[in-house]
Amino acid sequence: MKSLRKMINIALPKGRLGEKAYGVFEEIGYGCPSIRETNRKLIFENEENGVRYFWVKPSDVAVYVERGVADVGVVGKDILLEQASDVYELLDLGMGKCRMAVAGKKGGRIDTDCTLRVATKFPNIAREYYRKQSLEIEIIELHGSIEIAPILGMSDVIVDIVETGTTLLENDLEPWEDIVSISARLIANKASYKFLNAPIRQMCEKMNEVITKKS
Amino acid sequence: MTLPKMLLKKEEEVIFRLRALFEQFGYKKFKMSKFEEYDFYAENRSFLSSENILTFSGLDGKLLALKPDVTLSIVKNTKGNYENPERVYYNENVYRVRKGAGEFKEIMQVGLEYIGEVDRYATLEVIRLAQKSLEIVSDDYIMDISHMGFVMGLIEELGLSNSQNEALLKGISEKNTHSIQTLCKQYDVKKEMIGALVSMASLYGSMEESLQKAKLLCLNEKMEQALEELEVVFSVLKANGGSEKLKLDFSVVNGMDYYTGIIFQGFINGVPSSILSGGRYDNLVRKLGKNSDAIGFAVYLDLLERYESQQKEYDTDILLLYEENTDTAALLKAVEMLTDNGQSVMVQRQNNQTVKYRQLWSMKERGLEIIAEND
Repeated sequence: MKSLRKMINIALPKGRLGEKAYGVFEEIGYGCPSIRETNRKLIFENEENGVRYFWVKPSDVAVYVERGVADVGVVGKDILLEQASDVYELLDLGMGKCRMAVAGKKGGRIDTDCTLRVATKFPNIAREYYRKQSLEIEIIELHGSIEIAPILGMSDVIVDIVETGTTLLENDLEPWEDIVSISARLIANKASYKFLNAPIRQMCEKMNEVITKKS
Repeated sequence: MTLPKMLLKKEEEVIFRLRALFEQFGYKKFKMSKFEEYDFYAENRSFLSSENILTFSGLDGKLLALKPDVTLSIVKNTKGNYENPERVYYNENVYRVRKGAGEFKEIMQVGLEYIGEVDRYATLEVIRLAQKSLEIVSDDYIMDISHMGFVMGLIEELGLSNSQNEALLKGISEKNTHSIQTLCKQYDVKKEMIGALVSMASLYGSMEESLQKAKLLCLNEKMEQALEELEVVFSVLKANGGSEKLKLDFSVVNGMDYYTGIIFQGFINGVPSSILSGGRYDNLVRKLGKNSDAIGFAVYLDLLERYESQQKEYDTDILLLYEENTDTAALLKAVEMLTDNGQSVMVQRQNNQTVKYRQLWSMKERGLEIIAEND
């Protein structure tokens, strides 16, 4: 007979962060051995532990959780801020640490005389940041290789994620201002949190223990 | 003629049953016009859940708006006051932008408002009706209850600015304990107060247990009063058998402007966001110049569209084919005989393979004949 207990659906971001996060899930007893096999499957489940994992594009994790097909998910704070998702943010996993920053040409400065052109993958975060400073800006939304926008003179600054700063340096840029620090978060769908309250809270508590031990 | 039940979609069935429920408790239907003057919404923007309003100009050049909200119009027109309470309900389309949709959407909303002196009975009547409304949708529901007086009572104790309060409130609504901690460190909040905020945000569970825990967080009269109100709600519902699906959750906050007292939210297992929300909104009533209290709630029926829905297996029970020389009178008679029998019938000259039928019949000179069956 199939177990009557409802499975917890977990959305993980494809890539390094997701694999690291899965490591924590495994450590606290939500393992799903088939996930380690190398194939192109995107859904894995382990009935014994009552979990089902999906690999999804990192920027889509919050969408799956908000719409309730995933009960919980692991997502970067950058994406949560950008999408302003209506979910519970339960835990700072302390991994995938980096910061959102304004960067520009080495030795340059902001020219307040004309509209500031900002190239970014995060238009909402950038707009919100400059709105607080009452600065007039023009957003140029790009999807990658943001660093070349100032070099080619298309933008004055970029707003992007900075991990070590190496990419910036190699492209003759430097961080000017920090906007917010970023790390991976455990999020939960609001309705799931009500109907699967005990299992989700248990998961959360165990994760918290592992994380505090590590830091 | 009786309508087969399956013909009603879930949300249509719910509307009928909700209307019957509200009428039974003495609520009168309020029918509003499709639009209001835009100025009305612009002046009361802080009470609207979304910034977006669909506008157009009327014949005299005045800017009009398709209604994004019903409560505002009801309160504007109400004659309810402390002596004579008014009970109204509505079943209206509102025009809002649902997140991520990027365009306006027509959303069917059913709700009720009690405008007058909101005493213990009125509060309990509305909360009980909210529970019954959820029961109409499904037995597998949860209702979260909170009190703005309790939440704001604790936040105001910190003596922070308005925008700092907003930021903390946002953290509470996300149960985001690490963000609350980071914000508090920035704002130089005392350590024991941080602890209180964090436990308030993460509190969740049965009323009995949570009320005990909440009691330990009380710091002032405002919080004590709020908690007492919640205790009354719980004990009355307990006596009336509606308390086990009620949970205390202070993360149910809805901006600082709209709600003033008890607020609640309903969830149905299988629907990813809250389907019912409501509470006490005295601020709005006073702002519109009425001398009264008010409490009410709305049910968002558009969320039910996909709930329990199954794609129909067949377009029709019977596909009936006829020939050029078929007697029309006999054909019509045959069709009516079948439909009177409760079956759906589609009549065509040929089977063009686009209709999915349960049975294929044909009408020949010798009468009706089943040619093929699909189940």
